[in-house]
Amino acid sequence: MDINTKKIIKNAYRVTKKRGVTALRIRVPGGRLDVGCLDVIKNIAETFGDGTVHITTRQGFEVPGIPMAKIPQVNEAVAPLLAGMESAIGVEIADLNHGYPAAGTRNVSACIGNSVCTFASYNTTDLARKIERLIYPNDFHVKIAVTGCPNDCIKAHMQDIGVIGMVLPVYDATRCIGCEACVKNCLKVSSGALNMSNYKVKRDHQRCLGCGECVLKCPTSAWTRGEKYYRLVIMGRTGKRNPRLARTFARWISEEAVLKITANMYGFIEKHIDRSLPKEHVGYIVDRAGLPVFREEALQGVGLGPLGRVEDYIPFGGYENR
Amino acid sequence: MGYVLDGQSFDGLLSQLSKEYLIYAPVRISGKGAYSDTDLVAYGQISSLDEIEYNEKSRFSPKELIYPITQTLFYFTEDEYKEPAVSQKSIIIFCRPCDVHAFRRLDEIFLKNGDFRDSYYEAIRRKTVFFILECAGSFENCFCVSMGTNRVEGYAALLRPGEGQVTCDVDEHFAPLFARYGKPAGMTPRFIEENSISVILPEEIDKNIFDHQMWQEYSSRCTACGRCTVSCPTCSCFTMQDIFYEDNPRCGERRRVWASCMVDGFTELAGGHGFRKDNGSRMRFKVMHKIYDFRKRFGYDMCVGCGRCDDVCPEYISFSGCVNKVSSLAGEVKKDD
Ligand code: SF4
Ligand code: SF4
Ligand code: SF4
Ligand code: SF4
Ligand code: SF4
Repeated sequence: MDINTKKIIKNAYRVTKKRGVTALRIRVPGGRLDVGCLDVIKNIAETFGDGTVHITTRQGFEVPGIPMAKIPQVNEAVAPLLAGMESAIGVEIADLNHGYPAAGTRNVSACIGNSVCTFASYNTTDLARKIERLIYPNDFHVKIAVTGCPNDCIKAHMQDIGVIGMVLPVYDATRCIGCEACVKNCLKVSSGALNMSNYKVKRDHQRCLGCGECVLKCPTSAWTRGEKYYRLVIMGRTGKRNPRLARTFARWISEEAVLKITANMYGFIEKHIDRSLPKEHVGYIVDRAGLPVFREEALQGVGLGPLGRVEDYIPFGGYENR
Repeated sequence: MGYVLDGQSFDGLLSQLSKEYLIYAPVRISGKGAYSDTDLVAYGQISSLDEIEYNEKSRFSPKELIYPITQTLFYFTEDEYKEPAVSQKSIIIFCRPCDVHAFRRLDEIFLKNGDFRDSYYEAIRRKTVFFILECAGSFENCFCVSMGTNRVEGYAALLRPGEGQVTCDVDEHFAPLFARYGKPAGMTPRFIEENSISVILPEEIDKNIFDHQMWQEYSSRCTACGRCTVSCPTCSCFTMQDIFYEDNPRCGERRRVWASCMVDGFTELAGGHGFRKDNGSRMRFKVMHKIYDFRKRFGYDMCVGCGRCDDVCPEYISFSGCVNKVSSLAGEVKKDD
């Protein structure tokens, strides 16, 4: 059997324990799919695989037990998934009958977001899809996830780029009855950014996380939602060498800035990646090039707006395994 | 007298009225709901028919227009004080039948409670005119029919918004103005005669019900968030705050601010009804006040059945459900006697 493993890996298949047998990874941008797609996935698993699917940590599906020889037929069977979950959201796929065009940049995952969750500051599915449109197909090894609020249910802190929803709370003192529900709750579950002064509430913007808990707790709508903002946490990772949580890079920035920084990161990788290695993960490129270089290149052409703040120095930490 | 006005004429009417009146109605405030990408329906000033949110119940009642959440009573320096100026204009409030009945309750509390007349309330109330928005249907949680607040008589105007037009029934005072902007039309007011929720009110309440275990359930369910009382059109408790300005503590102002018997720290303020630490006791106090204590004093019930308390409770506690529980217990307790 002659199989170009490099090629099939880029096509979202992998080399498995069993010779001649592969598994296919299916992307689900934003983790939300029309149930009609499940029929297609079921059919692939039953016709070509072993009749099971594995649900991946990135909110995709992996179909195991596919004979490598069947890859061309599987790719044809995958066409409706590419059409329904990629083309449909504006991702350009040149040829729907050849399977996934790249697998390096992983599925953009998302928490359930504001279509359901009361805490969410925005529609995470929509943003995940916008990001997918921006960065896929791409061979660079990058992990991105978006989460609706600082509860971070999707684990944005384990990603190269994690987007966390924020909202600017707006206060109308005339509506405040001084019940202190917002103050006590902010201290208990969030940042302690609020305190009472002359029977009314003061917010310390430096401490505020933009979680929106104060808005949720206020019985009179003295706190309401202002503009939507985002916090970007970057270069978190698992893996052997130096696992670590992502840390905050920018906060109180707009969606536009999130998208621009994300796009710029690909330019940074392009420029600094060590091409002598089979693959280099973006976090290690940033370690090598240094945060100031990354910072400068990532922020090129980015409007930070009046509230936007970017870190100059990030004490990443984590631990070294060597 | 009945008139029909198209949207443009109605806006002309509003513009004419606005020379003399501040005009308020329920409006949809985009993105101001507590959850992201949701709206808030609350009272705001309007200048056109389109701004009136007719199809959804407002989260907050119009009581805040006459009895503001925060109201400065006077400003003080070391040796004198001064009351803030009130707007010279009169006020028109577009509201539902139950809301008008709620103002009757507030009048009772602020204007007819023994010898006490609240001049701050009265100053605004005197100048207020209600334009009734006819209910096209009962909203979720409404039980106005049970409370007898579904009908109104003696209104200044009653409006039935429809496709691009409003049909109105108007009193003598406003008739000439409406005649100027609209065409005569037949208009017989329609009131809601049935709600999907109905409430049975207990006639007498045995003191055993106060100690009944039914209240314990609410101790574990209610989070004392205060939403039900803030949204209630008939809750009237307040607290006084003396503010000393930070940069000049010898000057300041006295404010009165809404208080809630359902919220921590407000128990002492609700009028000497004792210390109610657990939330079940608070619930009991609130329910009994709305459907029993007020009646003993004024001869009818405080609650107007608007259902806002149920609409806004994050714990899905039903006030009307609770009243019905009390009533069935009252029946049982009576049988036991
Ligand atoms: S991260 Fe926030 S918005 Fe997303 S599911 Fe969790 S709590 Fe909800
Ligand atoms: S948004 Fe969150 S952190 Fe900021 S003041 Fe409100 S509760 Fe506190
Ligand atoms: S929760 Fe709302 S009403 Fe209570 S203190 Fe905070 S802002 Fe004021
Ligand atoms: S107790 Fe509930 S139903 Fe009754 S008037 Fe108040 S908010 Fe409306
Ligand atoms: S709204 Fe519900 S939870 Fe909040 S105080 Fe009222 S009954 Fe309790």
